[in-house]
Amino acid sequence: MSSIAMPRISATDQRESLRPLALAAPLLLLLLFSFGAPIVALLSRAVYEPTIANALPRTVAALRQDSGAGVPGEPVFLALAADLKQAQAAGAVYEFAKTLNTRLPGARSQVLRAARIATQDQATGKEAMIKAAPLLAEEQSWAAIRTGTNRFTSFYLLSAFDLRWTERGTIGAVPADQAVFLRVFGRTFLIATIVTLATLALAFPLAFVITSLRPAIAGIVLVLVLLPFWTSILVRTAAWTVILQKYGLLNDLLLWLGLTSDRLELMYSRTGLIIAMTHIQLPFTLLPIYSVMRSVKPSLVRAAQSLGARPFTAFWRVYLPQVMPGVLAGCLLTFILCLGYYITPVLIGGASDQLISNFIANYVNVELNWEMAAALSFVLLASTLGLYVTLTRYLGLDLFKMG
Amino acid sequence: MLAYDTTVLKEAPSSVLDIFDTKKFPGKRAMRKAPAQNLEWALMADGVPIADVYKVLGTPEGVDRAFKKLDTIKKDIVWWDAGAQPPQLLASREVVMTTAWNGRIQSAIDQEKRPFAIVWNNQIVEYDMIAIPKGAKNLDLAYKYLAYAAEPEVGAQLGRFIPYGPVLTDATPFVPKDVLPKLPTAPDHMKIYLVGDVEFWGDHGEDLVKRFNAWLAQ
Repeated sequence: MSSIAMPRISATDQRESLRPLALAAPLLLLLLFSFGAPIVALLSRAVYEPTIANALPRTVAALRQDSGAGVPGEPVFLALAADLKQAQAAGAVYEFAKTLNTRLPGARSQVLRAARIATQDQATGKEAMIKAAPLLAEEQSWAAIRTGTNRFTSFYLLSAFDLRWTERGTIGAVPADQAVFLRVFGRTFLIATIVTLATLALAFPLAFVITSLRPAIAGIVLVLVLLPFWTSILVRTAAWTVILQKYGLLNDLLLWLGLTSDRLELMYSRTGLIIAMTHIQLPFTLLPIYSVMRSVKPSLVRAAQSLGARPFTAFWRVYLPQVMPGVLAGCLLTFILCLGYYITPVLIGGASDQLISNFIANYVNVELNWEMAAALSFVLLASTLGLYVTLTRYLGLDLFKMG
Repeated sequence: MLAYDTTVLKEAPSSVLDIFDTKKFPGKRAMRKAPAQNLEWALMADGVPIADVYKVLGTPEGVDRAFKKLDTIKKDIVWWDAGAQPPQLLASREVVMTTAWNGRIQSAIDQEKRPFAIVWNNQIVEYDMIAIPKGAKNLDLAYKYLAYAAEPEVGAQLGRFIPYGPVLTDATPFVPKDVLPKLPTAPDHMKIYLVGDVEFWGDHGEDLVKRFNAWLAQ
């Protein structure tokens, strides 16, 4: 088609700017529907949780009539019984019971029992309901039900920060034996930082050496670096299991060399996890650094030295500033990827090396509590984006202009 | 149940609860990275009668007690996630003993000829369920299948393919003679056991998993 082969300069600036947009439109649409929309839909579950309100319309109305806090009167219990009967008939009672159980541990089986009694049309007053579900005689249960009937909730986001609403209506810390997420977020960022620094320490000298090699040899070295990059992350993780385990290759080697007198506990430990993650992330840090280093003219450093700079000064004042964008881009890429690690911590990390992704996966796959998973994902996404924006803005780094 | 390598342990453990005895059986031991079963074993090891395990575990003091017992071996535990890990952990001699699903250990013994052995006393028995989804197209056929699967002669054949026991005790006499000694439901293995309480974990799974994770992270 000649119109593509012979691009004509368009008459107006507006058409000029629309053309690239039109070319990218299929991709943008695909991203919007397959990536953007599901993310928004999932994340919205962190704050929008209508299950309890939908299951208890009569109870919500009756609670509005009922004055004051604490355990409500007879009309609310009758409304609750009617709601449970309907939820049972509609098959919605299990989801309701499970959602309430998150806020009120132990409520699940009691609510299901109360629903069965309500369905059998036996006495459904306060006494009968409390007999089936003793939880309903407690003030704090009703506090949980009252807050649960709000469709919009801060419960999950607060939980993601180990916080909760206290009985006095203030925000406070959850009990120490339930506080886990802040520690896990801290651990995730700590391990990501260590791995990023470790890959930088390995990648920088290696990239420098590769740029100074003859092109043919540099190609071979690059392929050696990239070869593991083309292998599945699961396979690489499994390979590290073979190397790191107690009677594995590394321990055999260390003993044979006499460097250690006892077998090291490398598997199921943070050391092992960091070694494996560093290996997997190395190409991500290396390639941006290498691509920038290749474009730096060696003549500039030589010029600096010929003008009297010592080698270190020439490196520090002339070479390093030029490769800095590559270093930052590589580090940022690795750091952000590390924040989302899942399979390597599962297989190589110990119990106290699980990262936030492992907890998100647990809430999605095991607990079926997608609200909590969405809240944790939101915190992870927001902190990652915040970090990205901060770095690009204050360090003048633009990943899209790399290369 | 508990599995160990007979070439590593000179003396055979007599009960799953021996996993808490680091004096008699020093070395790393593996447990599943979940509160279910481990808390029950911790209470049994702490002297709670089997009949009272879930009653005690239903109280805050009981949960504290179970975690306190787990504290005593925490530094010696390697945690596993997937059912394939326990035989692998034993084979690589990463641990001296491990809790496991018996089917995985049995297939390592039978097919890979590993020198593993199983300790059945204080095992926790769990059930799998068959459910018919709401709105199933062939509801009558599904019921027929349930009736068929529940026949003692049929249930008894399961063990020929994977060493898990039939749900009905009536089925035990129909289990092939060479299979029976491998099953958790063999009369010899059902002397001291606890049946996992599905309803308890339905109610308390989520908060106990959270507490378990907080405990792990400490």
